[in-house]
Amino acid sequence: MSNNNHPVSPHLQIYRLPLTALLSITHRITGVILAIGSLLLVWILSAAAHSAEYYAMLATHLQAWYGQVFLLGFLFSLYLHFCSGIRHLFWDVGYGFELETVDLTARLVIVMALVLTAATWIVGRAG
Amino acid sequence: MSDLRTPLARVKGLGSARDGTSHFWHQRLTALLLVPLVLWIGFCIAALPAEHGTLVNWVQQPLVTVALLLLVIAVFYHAQLGLQVVIEDYFSSHARRTVVLLLSNLLCLLFGTVGVVSVLKIAFGA
Repeated sequence: MSNNNHPVSPHLQIYRLPLTALLSITHRITGVILAIGSLLLVWILSAAAHSAEYYAMLATHLQAWYGQVFLLGFLFSLYLHFCSGIRHLFWDVGYGFELETVDLTARLVIVMALVLTAATWIVGRAG
Repeated sequence: MSDLRTPLARVKGLGSARDGTSHFWHQRLTALLLVPLVLWIGFCIAALPAEHGTLVNWVQQPLVTVALLLLVIAVFYHAQLGLQVVIEDYFSSHARRTVVLLLSNLLCLLFGTVGVVSVLKIAFGA
């Protein structure tokens, strides 16, 4: 056990992560982001429960450019986790393990997350 | 194959953590419940009204009240289960892991409760 010069296998910083591995860690990261981001939902609800003035103050911040950037980032994280989560649910019931399918659904997750974010944003601002 | 487990432990199927597959199962159940709720709330967040009255009237609709309560409960339960997995994976020190885990569970419970109370307070017009 004293010989530390033995060759070691290439590790994370040498391999280029395949898309599926990248989405896997992204699912975790967006999960943690959303756990923190969902405080926004609680903030909005408790602000509205507290008083009209406090809600108006929060709404002003959310409608400023930084609030909008934050909301857009939150929504994109939400939809990325949402689509990736649905992919996981299909895996859980035994579908979609073939390599081509895995690759296809990985791309689909990213495209759908972008589409949902854009659609939400456009409909939300129009309505 | 010899099996060191007692027949009772085998038939209960709860394993060494004593709660079997319930963590996995609850995470999937809340995920499934959140599929329609997330599609709905995403649009609501993007269309958040600037006027307090508009929001209050919206929350006070019975269906919206129910959906918001389900959403808040499912979100924080799902978050608690997910954060637990992440914490268990990345904190190797037993003491530190236990403290962070307790803190995470407590915060999820706290913010979930604040969310529920806020929705109820708006819904019943306090």
